Order: sequence, then structure tokens, then C-alpha cells
Amino acid sequence: MIKQYETVFIATPVLSESQMKEAVAKYIQLIKDNGGEVVYEEDWGLKQLAYPIQHKTSGFYYLIEFKSNPEFIATLETQYHRDERIIRYLTVALDKNAVAYAEHRRQVRNAKANAPKVEEPVVEAEVEAEVEEKED
Amino acid sequence: MAANVENSEIRYLNPPTVEVRKKKYCRFKKAGIKYVDYKDAEFLKKFLNEQGKILPRRITGTSLKFQRKVAQAIKRARTLALLPFVTDLLK
Repeated sequence: MIKQYETVFIATPVLSESQMKEAVAKYIQLIKDNGGEVVYEEDWGLKQLAYPIQHKTSGFYYLIEFKSNPEFIATLETQYHRDERIIRYLTVALDKNAVAYAEHRRQVRNAKANAPKVEEPVVEAEVEAEVEEKED
Repeated sequence: MAANVENSEIRYLNPPTVEVRKKKYCRFKKAGIKYVDYKDAEFLKKFLNEQGKILPRRITGTSLKFQRKVAQAIKRARTLALLPFVTDLLK
């Protein structure tokens, strides 16, 4: 039985860009090797954490949407657990509403990426302002 | 009640104003949202108080079905450090 899943992991901020790419490639390869199919992937980049995890205040977020057997999830999470680069992970099964939402979200994001970038800097500025407020 | 008011000793200079409360509604049912996304932390913040606690249904007006989904999404967002477990002055 094939189900659709979504997994987000947070990698330590000490990784370089190439190391991060290597980690991502490893998990995508792992999904493919176990008969899974990657539907979508998304790099959220370096983000501030809402609370410290392993004494780190930021991390690289990465989202992968994939289809696989339910048995594979245990394998994937074991790999996450053993990997010292990964500080937190979450895998959720997507039901039909979630799949529809994910598709819609993807379309909106693609449309935004293709459209001239006007809104993006504003959003980022707001986020930064909020972070500063929290630090105060 | 009406008889009570007439008989009571207390007299008001101005007739006591009775608040007309706006009927609460479930925003998910109204907007036709079927899935609550745990990745959208900004949206989920509407369901948190200043300490980062989940607001009860009686305040937000969310239906039971979606309150469960909101709670689940907030808890997922917390594990991913998108939302804090405890904090002060979230808003």
C-alpha cells in the first residue's frame, strides 16, 4: 500500500551549504532506494528556532513530500535518529484534504516564485522585526 | 425577571445597557478550510494566547472538529520549533 507522507527535518546550523545539500541528497536517495517517490521538496533555509534545541538557536529546515510504503517510515526515522546533523524531525501522513492543500500551496508558491518579487522582501522584513522584538 | 426589576429597591439613573454579543462562528466552516497546516505558524498564532497556550473554543468560536485539528497542528508546529511551548509576550 502506498501512502503519501510529508517530512520536515531541522539540520544543525553549523553545516556548510554543501554539507546540507549532501544531507538532503542522502535522504532523497534513501526514499528512492526504498521504493518511494519524491513528490516535492522545499528548502526553508536557515530559520530561527522558537526555543533552543541542543543549545542551538537556529537551524536549516527542509521539507520533503513523498509517497512510500508505511513500513519505510520506521527506516527513515531510524536514519534521522542516528544522524548527528539532524536535530529535529517530523513525519506526518497526509490524508486527502492534506494532499489537496499541499498541491494548492505548491501552486501558490510557484506562482509567487514566477511573479516579479515584490512581496517577498516585505515579508522577510516583518519576520526580522519580530525576531528583534523577541530578543528585547 | 420583569417583576423583580420593578420590585427591587435599586433604581438606575440610566437604564442598564444590555450588551448585544456578536454570535461566534467557526472560521474554518465559514471559509471552507478543510486542512489546518502546521507549517503556517503565523496563522496558528491566532489560536494562542500571549503565553503561547492554546485558546479554548469558547473564546475563538471554533467548532469541535476543527479545534481538534488546530490543537494537533499547534502541537506539531511546537515540535518543529515553529511555535514556542512556553513564552511571554508572543504578540
